Amino acid sequence: MATTSRNNSVVDLRVRIARRLLSSTNGLIFAVLIGLIAIFSFLSPDQRFFSATNFTAIGVDTAEILLLAAGETYIMIAGGIDLSCGAFVVFSAVISAELVGNLSATADQAAALVFPHLLLGISAAVVGGILAGSLWGWINGFIAIRWKVPPFIVTLGTLGMSLGAAQLITGGLNVPNVPPAFQSAFGIGRIWGIPWMVIISAIVVSIMWVVLHQTRFGLRTYAIGSNAEAARRAGINVGRHLIMLYTLMGLMAGIVGVLDVARFDTASIAAHTTDNLQAIAAAAIGGVSLYGGKGRMSGTVIGAFIPAVLRNGFIILGFQPYWQEVAVGGVLILAVYIDQVRRRSVGAVVLEEQPKSEHPPSADRNGVGNDSQN
Amino acid sequence: MSIPSNETTPVVLSAIGVTKRYGHVQALRGVDFDIRRDEVHALVGDNGAGKSTFIKILSGAVQSDTGTIAIDGDPVEIHSPEDSRRLGIETVYQDLAIAESLDLGENIFLGRELSRRGILGKLGFIDRPEMRRQGMAHLERLGTSLPSASVPLESMSGGQRQAVAVARAAAWGKKVLILDEPAAALGVRQTKQVLELIRRSTQQNHLGVIFISHNVPQVLDIADRITVLRQGKVCLHCDRSEASVDLLIRAMSGLLDSADEAGEN
Repeated sequence: MATTSRNNSVVDLRVRIARRLLSSTNGLIFAVLIGLIAIFSFLSPDQRFFSATNFTAIGVDTAEILLLAAGETYIMIAGGIDLSCGAFVVFSAVISAELVGNLSATADQAAALVFPHLLLGISAAVVGGILAGSLWGWINGFIAIRWKVPPFIVTLGTLGMSLGAAQLITGGLNVPNVPPAFQSAFGIGRIWGIPWMVIISAIVVSIMWVVLHQTRFGLRTYAIGSNAEAARRAGINVGRHLIMLYTLMGLMAGIVGVLDVARFDTASIAAHTTDNLQAIAAAAIGGVSLYGGKGRMSGTVIGAFIPAVLRNGFIILGFQPYWQEVAVGGVLILAVYIDQVRRRSVGAVVLEEQPKSEHPPSADRNGVGNDSQN
Repeated sequence: MSIPSNETTPVVLSAIGVTKRYGHVQALRGVDFDIRRDEVHALVGDNGAGKSTFIKILSGAVQSDTGTIAIDGDPVEIHSPEDSRRLGIETVYQDLAIAESLDLGENIFLGRELSRRGILGKLGFIDRPEMRRQGMAHLERLGTSLPSASVPLESMSGGQRQAVAVARAAAWGKKVLILDEPAAALGVRQTKQVLELIRRSTQQNHLGVIFISHNVPQVLDIADRITVLRQGKVCLHCDRSEASVDLLIRAMSGLLDSADEAGEN
């Protein structure tokens, strides 16, 4: 192989990579987010959009969905899907609220707003809520992997089961007797002006970001979504890994459930009905493929912020907030469509060494054509 | 260039009297097979002849009913793919068994990822630059290369992808490489490249290569020895010098009677 032709192909490749970065979904979606922020900042009166207060509000709005979307990102990259996370949030919130309500005081004491065992109650609420979510996640994984039921069906089933169970526990009512201290110290508390909600979400998502892109666990998640059989043949315990991913998703739902109790001082049964779809949409807008193997956490983060920015911007501009749902739906479809088009064109540009002149190009085409059928 | 089928190179793997039954179907009826170091031993046969069953037994995907397998003369038990790999046997499957959204380094080291040094490595952090560097070095040792070590393999040609799969197996296989129709999905020129790669990895790593195919000209092109399976039994075993397209096709389709077979042996 001549060195000159290899140098050429290296230069050529750099150009191609640069072109790919510019045309990548992530870059495009980031441009959309920046564009939306610019438009809303320009149109909103008195800088009401472009202000620290408003950005904090957007952050709080996004914190919960971002956590769920991060979990969903892992599962979708591994080629699965989880429809149940919103229901798990409700279940975890109910467990969490019941624990803090019942352990920190008796009903009479609570009515008088006296909470003698506050620390015990709050600790139990945090641990219990997170464990409840994780357990449901593990059940998803166990049934999907060991019983080989498609994850779409498993998670649709556990969605109903967990939501129903939450309503059985509470009798369909919001959970009372959550000590206000839980909310004031934690749910609406701030550190350096930044709400705890936002800080916790940012820390957890950052850890998941690093794990996904820098560690063995993350790499194997991609490998499983890309070619589960190849991963199995390489000695990776695919079933165990997938069960861990579903458990991780449940853990995220548990964290969100606890945060939710702290934020609203109750477990609201009727909330979170579209959290699952919002989380999947955030990941898909950010370029995570439903077919597995592809996507980045940065994309998911951007994908989670776009709906929040749209909702916030529409409200400030005085539009009906329902327009947000219409717009997010459109963005979702467009993002995935552009991604598909891009992938098809990348697939066509094979980074092959150029066919040597003495070989008829048809022989090469032959090989490429065969690949695309695989 | 090519290595003569040398009777003096030691046998790395031998299988004697291997049988396997699936329900009413006797897939293997006592197969004897051996592979020497530095040689390519082709295993050919029509569909259903028992090639894949035999290969699956060696790679640990299924277990034989009876028969013994020995590596370097020592009898071994292969109960799982892990056992097979531990014994130094690596398999390349026809369906391009790579993860296409991962890059060269990630594929070569899949399941055996290199850790970063120090505390980060203990936390599961992986060393991508090093995996890419070593992955490219493996490829270059086999006389091939990729335009980039950090681009997902989905943007590479089928030949390049299969080259990565072969390089991966050659990098980890200490004794035996099993190639199950490695060129079935490839075009003419790419097939040639992959065959060249197989030849080189045999020579460089002193492996025994078991080459499965039903493409007879391809087999004659690369194999040092050829074994033909038919209906779960060895019906022909010969050196390349004794083989011809006509002979192999007659053997595969059952037109050899036992007298012919004895003559060829």
